[in-house]
Amino acid sequence: MIRKDTLYATAHELTRRAAIEIPSDYLSGLEAMAAKESEDLSSFVLAAMLENYKAAKEDARAMCADTGVPRFYVKAGNEAKIEGGMVAVEEALRSGLAQATHDIPLRPNRVHPLWRHDNNNNVGLNAPEIEYSFEPDADWVDITTVHKGGLFGTDYRMLFPGDGIDGIKRFFLDAMIAFGKRGLACQPAIVGIGLGGSKDTCMVLGKQAACLRTVGDRNPDPKIAELELELMEMGNNIGMGPMGFVGSSMVVDCHIEVGYTHTGGMPMSVHSFCLSSRRAVARLYADGRVQYRTDPEWFTPYHRRNDVKWQPEAARQSA
Amino acid sequence: MATGSRKTVRLKTPVRREDLEQLELGDVVYLEGHVYTAREGVYRRVITEGHKLPEGLTELTNVSFHCSPAASVNDDATFNIGAVTATASFRFGALIPAWFEASDCLLILGKGGMTEEDYRNVFVPRGARYLTTVGYGTGALLGRGIKNVKAVHWLPELGIAQAIWVLEVENFGPFLVDSDGEGRSLFEQHNKRLNQRIEGLYDGLKQPALSRMGETVDRREELI
Ligand code: SF4
Repeated sequence: MIRKDTLYATAHELTRRAAIEIPSDYLSGLEAMAAKESEDLSSFVLAAMLENYKAAKEDARAMCADTGVPRFYVKAGNEAKIEGGMVAVEEALRSGLAQATHDIPLRPNRVHPLWRHDNNNNVGLNAPEIEYSFEPDADWVDITTVHKGGLFGTDYRMLFPGDGIDGIKRFFLDAMIAFGKRGLACQPAIVGIGLGGSKDTCMVLGKQAACLRTVGDRNPDPKIAELELELMEMGNNIGMGPMGFVGSSMVVDCHIEVGYTHTGGMPMSVHSFCLSSRRAVARLYADGRVQYRTDPEWFTPYHRRNDVKWQPEAARQSA
Repeated sequence: MATGSRKTVRLKTPVRREDLEQLELGDVVYLEGHVYTAREGVYRRVITEGHKLPEGLTELTNVSFHCSPAASVNDDATFNIGAVTATASFRFGALIPAWFEASDCLLILGKGGMTEEDYRNVFVPRGARYLTTVGYGTGALLGRGIKNVKAVHWLPELGIAQAIWVLEVENFGPFLVDSDGEGRSLFEQHNKRLNQRIEGLYDGLKQPALSRMGETVDRREELI
């Protein structure tokens, strides 16, 4: 049984870790970019970014004062038993985030869209977002928190099958240039692309591709994996670096997630997970252990399942 | 930190016009003294609603910052301040003339700069300058430069994110000089270089199947 107090303590600790410690995959990605950057001003900015992560860790303060919008992803094993059930999970996540906002401190970023009222704890109407996924043959629960910033780093376009790969590249360039000017979306970023689904699915897939896959991870479909690499290179050849200065450091990695879509369309979304790519993950086991990591392992084969049964019979028998 | 070939300038607040005059585009600046945060909430109260800035503030410093800190208020009414990150400045362009009148500021700190038009028409005649934060998510570095929260004004009215935080700072930076004495902008100079490449990036990509808004920016060219 996974206990309520463990859930609460984990939500609190995840919020702290995400805000303060840059995930190692993103850090090595950025270090590699900084080593390659040849423009003087862009190099100066990248050096400041790297120094900032160090300062955040040494002083135990948030790496960026813009909290972004903290959210949670819950992946529950099919056999997991939780004290108080899923309602207790949500309560723990909400109260853990609210308390951590005060303790770290984080900037309370969430306000009512019209009245601008701030509860001062990053919790409010429909906030934080909590998304769910399930995993067969498991009794643990994985909780991931992501603090994604960037008012300027998301876009959507309804493309059509006739637009093809060129249309994808065109929109990708449009988006990168728009996000990148004056660096408002805080590149270098992990760029996530959602392709297909309906409009809402497309946005969700793209955001998850940006926030829940690590630098260096490739889509299991080799052709899509190739497109990821191609788009990454395209982004870094725009001629733009951090803050929109001349340079070559825009895209630390590019991830594409696809979903079956309407036969007449090819919706696409682009999301940039900024230089404060804040994510932290914990696995809660039935025996009370909690293990922290930074790779959400969200897109499991089961999660991406592509037919009526998640495992085709053949695969089941050979397993 | 290492600044490569950049010139590093240390400024004391309140800043003096003659010190600002020596700043060149791309110089790295660190501040010592006092700065305060002012963004849309403060602008609304001062410019739209006509409230006077808290007493003594404009005498204390002439540096205001488009920013909100990551901060919390403790039970004993003391403050806990962590990181500090700027918010995008360009959207305040129309308000800056009135803000200069009300605040006597000579230095605006923020994110991403403003337009050269704003610099020429509003900043240059006053001898004011604009400095941008670096990165921009380098809030921990800036947080280190805060020695003390000297005062917080309008907290009940505006909330933590929008209140006026008066910060005592030392070695506060890095910032980059974005506007010079002629109203040029470092960002716009770089944008001009980038724009020369932009069209070429699309070479060889076929035209969109339907010219929809976004793919075209002219409503009259929209096919559907
Ligand atoms: S986009 Fe990211 S790094 Fe930039 S200010 Fe927002 S949260 Fe911070």
